[in-house]
Amino acid sequence: MSNIPAELKYTKTHEWARLEADGSIAVGITDHAQELLGDLVFIELPEVDRQAAAGKEIAVVESVKAASDIYAPIAGSISAVNQAVADAPELVNQDAYSAWLFKLKPDNTADLDKLLDAKGYLQLISD
Amino acid sequence: MSKKTALNESHRLLHARMVDFGGWDMPLHYGSQIEEHHAVRRDCGMFDISHMCAVDVAGVHAKAFLLRLLANNAARLTQPGKALYSCMLNEAGGVLDDLIVYYLDNHHYRIIVNAGTTDKDLAWMATCLISWKLQATITPRRDLSMIAIQGPNAREKVWQALPETRSATAGLGRFFAAQLADIFVARTGYTGEDGFEICLPSEHVQNFWDELLKLAVKPCGLGARDTLRLEAGMNLYGEDMDETVSPMDAGLGWTVDIADERDFVGKSTLLAQAQQRQLLGLVLPSGGVLRAHQRVLTNQGEGIITSGTFSPTMQQAIALAHLPLGVAVGDTVEVEIRGNRHAARVVKPPFVRNGRILV
Repeated sequence: MSNIPAELKYTKTHEWARLEADGSIAVGITDHAQELLGDLVFIELPEVDRQAAAGKEIAVVESVKAASDIYAPIAGSISAVNQAVADAPELVNQDAYSAWLFKLKPDNTADLDKLLDAKGYLQLISD
Repeated sequence: MSKKTALNESHRLLHARMVDFGGWDMPLHYGSQIEEHHAVRRDCGMFDISHMCAVDVAGVHAKAFLLRLLANNAARLTQPGKALYSCMLNEAGGVLDDLIVYYLDNHHYRIIVNAGTTDKDLAWMATCLISWKLQATITPRRDLSMIAIQGPNAREKVWQALPETRSATAGLGRFFAAQLADIFVARTGYTGEDGFEICLPSEHVQNFWDELLKLAVKPCGLGARDTLRLEAGMNLYGEDMDETVSPMDAGLGWTVDIADERDFVGKSTLLAQAQQRQLLGLVLPSGGVLRAHQRVLTNQGEGIITSGTFSPTMQQAIALAHLPLGVAVGDTVEVEIRGNRHAARVVKPPFVRNGRILV
């Protein structure tokens, strides 16, 4: 049974989003996603300051099995990337919710409301 | 409806992620295929390989049959238990399967064939036998299950699980097998590490598996099996070669004994046609993963990756690729990965054997 923290927001493409204290949005992939992908071996992160459009590819994670695009949950500009996770992709498999991939400065924080809540994401992956 | 081995329930109890492989419901991994891979290179892991098929060829003409059926020369097998890796070709010189044949005595051989090709192989062998009017029997041993135990500590674990096999197999050389009562022990494998592949009656395989688990042998799935064999430079039928590929073009020329007057299926085609491509290894120095079907761009023309993965031992992507004949080991070529070109180094496989990186 996948772990789905109640306080996070989710996308249909299996990313999670978390509003940080400084107003930025941390983004990663869900426990369900890492389970499906298997052992991750490579992560390609965007450059800081790059503009991200909602629902558009912004990063790539690769497992031995397949490469998987990561989509920006909402529009914004990349404010930080998690180099530690890029250097050790297995951290995502170990704890998908602490292994954030990048943070973005949102164009509009209210865009988060358009995302799924934990219940909505559970429904998505249960179908 | 997928076929199941006798150990299917065990895999599920161990929370394996199951996949279909060649029509069989098999474990892909039991949590982390990378951990399973490391366990084999460093210690000991075990694989349920009961989806493959042991085929016993027996009778007065068993040897004559195999001399004509296989591209490698079964006459090389003169010592009891000796094994030979060979391709089985069609008349056009294409590879029907790759397999290992064990010599038990002059009238008794055992062949291990791939899971996805078993039915095809058996039908082909039966056709050849009738057509050549030879006296031999071909018996698929569906009553047997098989486990591969691989790694530097593998043989010791097997002897602890099956103490009755120790004295008879302690001196068994690599690529030799021994039949001890109803247990067939072969010092062969598909990982590039030492170890045994064991065939035994299916009604005993559960006990054997459980004994190995108690001895802390790590169960390993098809994911690790693929990264291990690719590091070891071993071809995978269906990816690195198939019926449309000659063994010479698939890096298997060394398994074809074409020098003497022995006639075998596909020989005349191989003699008539020149080698068209070569199979070599690639290493990607930068980050990323090499995958099957990626295009390779070289000064001598275009090639294609047949098998690619991320090597847990080397921490880099590696691949086997069909390349134009002029490409040399040591050359730098380019691989197209999702639209971008990345430099890759051409190497001669194997990449890793016995725990050591060789390239």
